[in-house]
Amino acid sequence: MALTREQMAQRVARELKDGYYVNLGIGIPTLVANYVPEGMQVMLQSENGLLGMGPFPSEEELDADMINAGKQTVTALPGAAIFSSAESFAMIRGGHVDLTVLGAFEVDVQGNIASWMIPGKLVKGMGGAMDLVAGAENIIVTMTHASKDGESKLLERCTLPLTGAGCIRKVLTDLAYLEIEDGAFILRERAPGVSVAEIAEKTAGRLIVPEHVPEMAF
Amino acid sequence: MAGLDKRVGSYEEALAGLTDGMTVLAGGFGLCGIPENLIAEIRRRGVRDLTVVSNNCGVDGFGLGVLLEDRQIRKMIASYVGENALFEQQLLSGELEVELTPQGTLAEKLRAGGAGIPAFYTATGYGTPVADGKEVREFKGRKYILEEAITGDFAIVKGWKADHFGNVVYRHTAQNFNPLVAAAGRITVVEVEEIVEPGELEPSQIHTPGIYVDRIIQGSFEKRIEKRTLRS
Repeated sequence: MALTREQMAQRVARELKDGYYVNLGIGIPTLVANYVPEGMQVMLQSENGLLGMGPFPSEEELDADMINAGKQTVTALPGAAIFSSAESFAMIRGGHVDLTVLGAFEVDVQGNIASWMIPGKLVKGMGGAMDLVAGAENIIVTMTHASKDGESKLLERCTLPLTGAGCIRKVLTDLAYLEIEDGAFILRERAPGVSVAEIAEKTAGRLIVPEHVPEMAF
Repeated sequence: MAGLDKRVGSYEEALAGLTDGMTVLAGGFGLCGIPENLIAEIRRRGVRDLTVVSNNCGVDGFGLGVLLEDRQIRKMIASYVGENALFEQQLLSGELEVELTPQGTLAEKLRAGGAGIPAFYTATGYGTPVADGKEVREFKGRKYILEEAITGDFAIVKGWKADHFGNVVYRHTAQNFNPLVAAAGRITVVEVEEIVEPGELEPSQIHTPGIYVDRIIQGSFEKRIEKRTLRS
């Protein structure tokens, strides 16, 4: 079975380490905050200028002046810091964020990522995604393995305009966890009940399958 | 206005001198921390052919979105503009030009503009359409693109509290781009929720020192919420 959105978030959460500063993108990445392991302390960075983001507010806590980068109302935890957008991106560009999780349309074997623009469709903008992928050492891309029409999103070369070049090393899809090394996807784990053959069939870019590919457990 | 007392008596006076074709820098992220009343005054004045620099362009009927209704904006420099139908319509018809800029690059362009730095190198956007036509240079084995600073004829800013010297503090994440545009405007106009006596703001906690600010006005704010999200 392909992973659910929650299972994808759960799997990404296993990459968290105690003391990490983490930036979570919109969608599945946001759900990762629900699966921070017990006893582990991580601090969430939101690129509109908040470090120490807390959960959504109660009715009483609701405050128009406290939002996240997805423009949702949020709270700030004790120990949070708030700053300007320039300071926020100094943290990001300067490589101070330990882990960035974001979605994408396509990634390729060179570590290129396309996530913001589909030619012919209205372009809304890249927001902070280009800064995030350029600045972070440690990025996990979360996306479905193939489009609804069955087209692979793991390619030999991205077809859409790029968000960043050569910056992606880790990809979690609904079918597999893969790493990108030396011009190939390396299949590290597969979703429960998903065969290597199915993953290979849905991966258009060069795929290396190690002898043993463990199945994820939840 | 006298000496270092930056207070003005009306919104009309706050934007005196704003004319057609000028560049306006606006603080705010989505609808959070936007100078609502100064935007309304731009609309009232009916100035046209503006270049507006702001992370976003409001929504239909609120924020910078209201300036689209009378086609006052000719060019928009922003990182994300997806929230209004009118924007899309004017973009597709060619009435409106848009220059999409990565959010961190936009912030740094404004910071550089205010700090007298004409341009800077950043890895953001290298290898993407953003790099088209820009100088590329390698430092320590990595490629960077040259991005130029932004300054404006006017900066419109939303603060929380200010004194009459123009020292400003922002509230929570309503800070965002506000201190950056404040420093990058030739004429910087700040509207706040409360004007306080000099000395009431802790000097070491000032976000925007008064030297950047030309005009201060106290207003009342709707503070519309774009995505009201509650804990279940």
